[in-house]
Amino acid sequence: MLKQTPLNAKHHEAHAKLVDFSGWEMPIHYGSQVEEHHIVRRDAGMFDVSHMLPVDIKGVNARGFLRKLFANNVDKLQTTGRALYTCMLHEGGGVVDDLIVYFMSESWFRLVVNAGCADKDLAWIETQRDQYAPGLVITPRRDLAMVAVQGPNAASKLWQAMPGTRELAETMKPFRAVVVGEMFVARTGYTGEDGFEIMVPNKAAPFFWQALLEAGVKPCGLGARDTLRLEAGMNLYGQDMDEGVTPFDSGLAWTVDMSGERDFIGRHALLNLPRNRQLVGLKLLERGVLRSHQSVFTAFGEGEITSGSFSPTLNGSIALARVPVGVALGDTVEVDIRGKRMSAAVVKYPFVRNGKALI
Amino acid sequence: MSIPAELKYTKSHEWVRLEADGGVSVGITHHAQELLGDMVFLEAPTVGRKLAAGEECAVVESVKAASDVFAPIAGEVIAANAELEGAPESINSDPYAAWMFKLQPANVADLDALMDATAYAAHVESEAH
Repeated sequence: MLKQTPLNAKHHEAHAKLVDFSGWEMPIHYGSQVEEHHIVRRDAGMFDVSHMLPVDIKGVNARGFLRKLFANNVDKLQTTGRALYTCMLHEGGGVVDDLIVYFMSESWFRLVVNAGCADKDLAWIETQRDQYAPGLVITPRRDLAMVAVQGPNAASKLWQAMPGTRELAETMKPFRAVVVGEMFVARTGYTGEDGFEIMVPNKAAPFFWQALLEAGVKPCGLGARDTLRLEAGMNLYGQDMDEGVTPFDSGLAWTVDMSGERDFIGRHALLNLPRNRQLVGLKLLERGVLRSHQSVFTAFGEGEITSGSFSPTLNGSIALARVPVGVALGDTVEVDIRGKRMSAAVVKYPFVRNGKALI
Repeated sequence: MSIPAELKYTKSHEWVRLEADGGVSVGITHHAQELLGDMVFLEAPTVGRKLAAGEECAVVESVKAASDVFAPIAGEVIAANAELEGAPESINSDPYAAWMFKLQPANVADLDALMDATAYAAHVESEAH
């Protein structure tokens, strides 16, 4: 039996094609994935991301605990509402999950974790809590639904839909969150466009969704979310990284704060493991489509595509690939596409940001 | 569900049209394109290639996945739709106009073994359960 979000009936009403996504019945598209992709790049679309789990960490010295728990340093969060992207590692340096942490007060931090990792994450965090900070209270917030409103017109359509949010939508900086009544509004996203991720109580979610629909925000499925995040060069947990690789193998060195003596979980392993793999961007130079798990042949040895797709914005195929260290920007590599070797260029990523091609 | 009565169909969701010149055009059905989603790539077979019935001979890729297209009957490829290779989204918008390749049948009577529209509708229905 698949789990359903509070917006499930709205998806059925809109004739979404629903699929099993990490045990949840979620919309993959509402007609055309490519059209939905373009809507987010050019106008405003919304995604039901209620399958993701908000988790509240409350209590004295929540900060000290998260300093231990995360590879990025929550000490970067000093003003209320600031958000930080981080990996949570196990002792061996592998990635348990990637997440966003919001600093609301010294005794309240909120995390948002991946749907497919939620149970495992909670168990992991509780185990660490018992060891390092037994007084902290950890609360999964399945009572909250989450909608991502994304695109260049996300801000103006959000304030149309929710009177009273105009000032907020116009003045709030990226990677900030505020609490507005029962809503938690964050200027974050997974598309490479401006936008908001908004948590509302489950009961209020269908009304919020309807108000956004009436303001002209188009429902978009997880299919478009995947091509948007790939163009934006954002990793997908379970595809681009998992417990078997480190952030350094996954293009996420920028999220690991090794400065000072902070002894976070996984630090020791990261200092001692060889750094022999890297994540690079690929652009296919021939006709075809790059897909995950295709083999990549380079002058420094073999690698593998971790995420590959057709890019609607670039009208060609792009990928993220894990390849040996030594492969450099501008190199040409070969990819095995159904038995044929095809040429691809190693390019920098993100591939697309704010509606514009970067490669 | 759109299944034109004048066409023949395969279990692997190709449609086949017998043309006035004795050749047959091949594409994929409305149902197939709906399952695959937005089409982004087509690789049609080379003209002159001789195909056995059921042989893999073309590839279509949607944003989601790659899918093989099979020769519905034995024959020689006499045309490939280069225009469609440049505009694969036509497979979604007008699947029965979007022919991928044409065959000169080895034996035109082989068409009789394919499904008609009624049988194909039943086949689609059976796969849904």
